[in-house]
Amino acid sequence: MDNGVPTGANDTPPILEVRNLVKHFAIGKSLSFKRNAGVVKAVDGVSFELRPGETLGLVGESGCGKSTVARTLLRLEEPTGGSAFFRGQDIFKASPQELKAIRRRLQVIFQDPYASLNPRMTVAEIIGEPWVIHPDALPRAERGERVRSLLENVGLRREHAERYPHEFSGGQRQRIGIARAMALDPEVLICDEPVSALDVSVQAQVINLLMEIQERMGIAYVFIAHDLSVVRHMSHRVAVMYLGRIVEIGTEGQVYNHPRHPYTKALLSAEPPLDFTSARKKHQRIILKGEVPSPANPPSGCRFRNRCWKAQDICAGDAPPLESKGGHMAACYFPEDDNTAAP
Amino acid sequence: MTTAEQEALIIRRGVPWWRLLARDKFALAAALWLLILFACFLVGPELFGKAATSLNLRARNLPPGSLEHGWLMFLGGDALGRSMIARLIVASRNTLTVALCSVVFAMIAGGILGLIAGYIGRGVGHVIMRFADILQSFPSLLLAVVVLYVLEPSVTNLIVVLAITRMPIYLRVTRAEVLEIRERVFVDASSALGGSSYHILLRHIAPVVAPTLLTILTVDFSIVMLAESSLSFLGIGIQPPEITWGLMVAQGRNYLSQAWWLAFFPGLAIMLATLSGNILSNWLRIVSDPEQRWRLETPRKSDE
Amino acid sequence: MSETPVLKVDDLRIQFRSGRETVHAVNGASFQVNAGETAAILGESGSGKSVTASAVMRLLQSPPAYVSGGTVHFKGLDVLAMPLDRWREYCGRDVAMVFQDALTSLNPVFSVGWQIAELFRTHGVASGKEADERAVELLERVGIPDPAARSKDYTHQFSGGMRQRVMIAMAIALGPDLLIADEPTTALDVTVQAQIMELLESLREESDMAMVLITHDLGVVADAADNVAVMYAGRVVESGPVAEVLSRPGHAYTLALLDSVPQARGKGGKLRPIIGSPPDLARIPKGCAFNPRCRFATDICRQEVPPSVAMAEGRVAECHHADQVFNDG
Repeated sequence: MDNGVPTGANDTPPILEVRNLVKHFAIGKSLSFKRNAGVVKAVDGVSFELRPGETLGLVGESGCGKSTVARTLLRLEEPTGGSAFFRGQDIFKASPQELKAIRRRLQVIFQDPYASLNPRMTVAEIIGEPWVIHPDALPRAERGERVRSLLENVGLRREHAERYPHEFSGGQRQRIGIARAMALDPEVLICDEPVSALDVSVQAQVINLLMEIQERMGIAYVFIAHDLSVVRHMSHRVAVMYLGRIVEIGTEGQVYNHPRHPYTKALLSAEPPLDFTSARKKHQRIILKGEVPSPANPPSGCRFRNRCWKAQDICAGDAPPLESKGGHMAACYFPEDDNTAAP
Repeated sequence: MTTAEQEALIIRRGVPWWRLLARDKFALAAALWLLILFACFLVGPELFGKAATSLNLRARNLPPGSLEHGWLMFLGGDALGRSMIARLIVASRNTLTVALCSVVFAMIAGGILGLIAGYIGRGVGHVIMRFADILQSFPSLLLAVVVLYVLEPSVTNLIVVLAITRMPIYLRVTRAEVLEIRERVFVDASSALGGSSYHILLRHIAPVVAPTLLTILTVDFSIVMLAESSLSFLGIGIQPPEITWGLMVAQGRNYLSQAWWLAFFPGLAIMLATLSGNILSNWLRIVSDPEQRWRLETPRKSDE
Repeated sequence: MSETPVLKVDDLRIQFRSGRETVHAVNGASFQVNAGETAAILGESGSGKSVTASAVMRLLQSPPAYVSGGTVHFKGLDVLAMPLDRWREYCGRDVAMVFQDALTSLNPVFSVGWQIAELFRTHGVASGKEADERAVELLERVGIPDPAARSKDYTHQFSGGMRQRVMIAMAIALGPDLLIADEPTTALDVTVQAQIMELLESLREESDMAMVLITHDLGVVADAADNVAVMYAGRVVESGPVAEVLSRPGHAYTLALLDSVPQARGKGGKLRPIIGSPPDLARIPKGCAFNPRCRFATDICRQEVPPSVAMAEGRVAECHHADQVFNDG
């Protein structure tokens, strides 16, 4: 499979580099390897780069493996193959001490604001936990004040430090999670569906907060979501995933305005347009047939082929590699380059 | 209300625990009773030792209810005319020692093994679970009988035997809880921050498991007291002249038709002790859980 | 010459009473749907939209829920006044409901074919083999491949989108006049969502069925609905044709909602979140419920419940400053 790591326009070295990441889950008893019922190929060769201060949106539907990518990068799961580098340091081969040092710089916020905070700890304890794990990061005497200033930075109040998570709303809890992730001054933040579980009007608060933090502190985000418009709003570059692989990657303008991969096109057309300022007509929707195949049994060759209106025999053979057109890459033998009409 | 005020949480005065205790009449009564028991435990044998052993053949099998022979005989006299009240108080020390020590040891041993089995899993976990299976397969009473028959039935041996037979349940429950908590997102968050297994077990898992174990402990408390009573009945429990409530029940069994109070009051003592333990542990469980505490804090009528 | 609307809800009020407090879940909801139309009820969590739907179907348990005012008319019949047994006859046959989570709404121990056939059997429409055959036909109609074999499968053997189709099949089995869909696509992927909405649309066109679509998703409203009723804190604060309401809202909440969603008002720039959070339904602010979060709010908003302002034919907004909002949008 081609390495197809896209390089951005500028020459600053990437802060996060992922090459051919593979994560398979075995189905069946772990003790008897021979009787493996099968393998779920959750992530099957994902490569991308992240530059300092930019946001890479990782978008895809359920089962595409985007959350697994996040968990594997954080080494909450051990990868089956491939490599990932943080500032040149190999994340997967790092020793426990090296990994701990990397974790100070590579942080995460989770999707579920209700489950990601320990209900028995006060907000101060939750935000302060990073310093308990990394005592050298901040002297004990300064921690109390830092907790309160972090709370203010995320738009909460200093008095909230003594409260428990259940006293807060979903949006506020997500902010507490963000404050916790900021405690160690990370350089990269992996956001695993951070607004999906929130109400529409609250999503805006958290999105604004994340963008403001990025402006102020220059943190790079890997922003994982299934909501296309949110990803579009936040990201500089976007990667589209399908069944464990990246099918398209490019700048936000490239991917949203001139999608090259048929799946991207279908995905974009499935989201109804919200622009009411122009006269609304019933837009032509591409309705894909069938459903996403199981990652335990993906189609051979191009995984999208049995739902694609363009599929030919060649698509069942070797999987199409990511081909670049001016930095905008798509894994398709028949990309939508001349704006051919939808089926 | 301005938006700023809306955003701010109402500054509630946290209610201190003693006031919460005072509000809950049952928990308060339970706490007081346990306090009394604790006092008996501490100074009972010293204060009432003599009265518990002094024979008074005129008060043999004296029925309860009269103050003729003094207030100590209010609950009656046993077969040798000794004061029931005094014997109950003196017996509390041994009873509580045996019961508390065995359940606490069972909880600690079972809890630690369960934490290991649940968190690490794989080989070690399997071995521990099979060990627990074996332990649980023996009828606990039979195991106790065998062990105590071979060794001497002393207080220490009794505690060890009872602890071992009770341990598997703590082990299983701990392991089951750990398996579930381990998957929770806040544990992932701690891992992602760099938390070691040790840190996670201590900071996140143990505090969530502990209340469940304490609840089981209070139920186990009564089971152990009754088990000890059965062992005494079989003659391999505490040996006279040492005395426990269980032994008193066992001894009183023979006189049920003539002197029911010989078995009744020790039985009642066991029941009240376990009931208080249950009520108080239930209250403690609610108080120590931040999410549940509001149930006790919110007063009946609306604040406004 | 006005047709009787299929569903007409007038000033519905619902309370949840517990020992300690009363939660005003719905405080005056009014809307209607005509045959062949899709009406959307748009609101976030806590707006009262799901409670309203449950009340129409009379699924609420009393206690703790009580209808404290208002009426519901189905094709002219007073739903809330009639005995529950009688209303039950209408359920499934004339009015049907589709829920958000098919996994918990369908019975896990019976095959899907059996469950659909059961509908025919219970309502005395068909029995035995005929019922089974019609069930298979229905599965085919909703787009389930290999329907004969699949009708013997159980709920958990279907994927999310397929389960939703099964639920829709059950809902339309007896050809109802009204379909209430409570967040039917919220749990589904975007491409599957498109398929399901397409299916609902074609079913509706075929049979001239009226549909009430309850959702928090502006996109779904924009795409599928003819009319929309926006709910906030238990009241319908604005209603009217979708295109008009969403392009030039008359209520501050609708405007604020549109401002806070990416892409809704044209790309670029910072989103304008609505500050604060929805009110505690046990302590609804005096006057207009939205006033603490509204940028147009003035003193009158804090004192008096806003009147219904007729903005155009069939368009209503309950705002003291409806003109201002309309011109700002």
